Amino acid sequence: MATKPKLHYPNGRGRMESVRWVLAAAGVEFDEEFLETKEQLQKLQDGNHLLFQQVPMVEIDGMKLVQTRSILHYIADKHHLFGKDLKERTLIDMYVEGTLDLLELLILHPFLKPDDQQKEVANMAQKAIIRYFPVFEKVLQGHGQRFLVGDQLSLADIILLQTILALEEKIPNILSAFPHLQEYTVKISNIPTIKKFLEPGSKKKPPPDDIYVRTVYTVFMP
Amino acid sequence: MAAKPKLWYFCGRGRMESIRWLLAAAGVEFEEEFLETREQHEKLQKDGRLLFGQVPLVEIDGMELTQTRAILSYLATKYNLHGKDLKETVRINMYAEGTLDLMMMVAVAAFKPPEEKEESLALVVKKAKTQHFPVFEKILKDHGEDFLVGNKFSWADIQLLEAILMVEELDASVLSDFPLLKEFKTRISNIPTIKKFLQPGSQRKPPPDSHYVEIVRNVLQL
Repeated sequence: MATKPKLHYPNGRGRMESVRWVLAAAGVEFDEEFLETKEQLQKLQDGNHLLFQQVPMVEIDGMKLVQTRSILHYIADKHHLFGKDLKERTLIDMYVEGTLDLLELLILHPFLKPDDQQKEVANMAQKAIIRYFPVFEKVLQGHGQRFLVGDQLSLADIILLQTILALEEKIPNILSAFPHLQEYTVKISNIPTIKKFLEPGSKKKPPPDDIYVRTVYTVFMP
Repeated sequence: MAAKPKLWYFCGRGRMESIRWLLAAAGVEFEEEFLETREQHEKLQKDGRLLFGQVPLVEIDGMELTQTRAILSYLATKYNLHGKDLKETVRINMYAEGTLDLMMMVAVAAFKPPEEKEESLALVVKKAKTQHFPVFEKILKDHGEDFLVGNKFSWADIQLLEAILMVEELDASVLSDFPLLKEFKTRISNIPTIKKFLQPGSQRKPPPDSHYVEIVRNVLQL
């Protein structure tokens, strides 16, 4: 029996959350090793387990993968979440890259100065509403299909759903001008593997809190 | 006869340089349209040619590709520089992502105030010497082959050479502790397509100067 993938990261969302989403959506069970101390990180680094001395790191198929996008692409390729040909794959890739740019703002948010955090929520909302959501709304309206690309679930759908839900936690009415995205959010959330991931008790992590921020500083600050 | 790919960007490195390197290394002739005014950029946006309103934009094979990494991935695959299977591809991706991170730090530093810029660039040199170059030196040492992955020229080799040259512009002695990387640099630089790209008169762009920064700021209203 193949060993489950093992994720190395602090116990919180950060850059690993997208990986958790994709594994869960693909129906892949995984284990996690949570980084809580500087010593644990040091041990991984000294043991040459981290290619560029950084996490996320995912042990999978006899490899130790690093670099978030490389990990996501590997899993997507392996589990048929990357389209049926190069053109679909590239379209999915463009959508994912754009969404990851938006998600990046959420990832960095808890580490901003408290005074800057409020302003940044407004910035995120603006970017989402003006730059990103209209694109996806138009795509869905244009082809009338359930998924963004090629009428099947792809990495683009998973990362977009992750980002929409994370934004909704901060800005509850963020989809108010996007009826197709609203419908889409419900439909993708109801896919059995994703529905399971959205239920309590799953490996989905809660929004970053002070404990998470403190842990990150403890582990990573020199 | 297929139209040449067309690149839309500023007349400078930024996020387009790695794309120029890939095309050049693959022996693909390409055209460039340089953004110099706000109006040009707004026209691209208004004409709906920029998926998320941003450059780089590469017109190729009937598509309008944006998002740097998606473009690079497409080109690497199209020109057989992305490995022979999933395991090789993920390694190439990890190596390329690592070097891209390093080079993006240099690109971003150009836009910082002088003191911060110096600090950022010093950090790039430090990271290259401690985090990135030792890794690639070891990879080359361990397998003793000419190229990073699968004994075959790939996107990872192109990115690494680009990164080496970029960091050498900041600190000419940066390879002093890495004999295999020195050999690698010579070897890859002598590949005919790359040798041509490294000669004066090619489409390779110079390091960012204040004039470049001014144009970008003006066009993007930063």
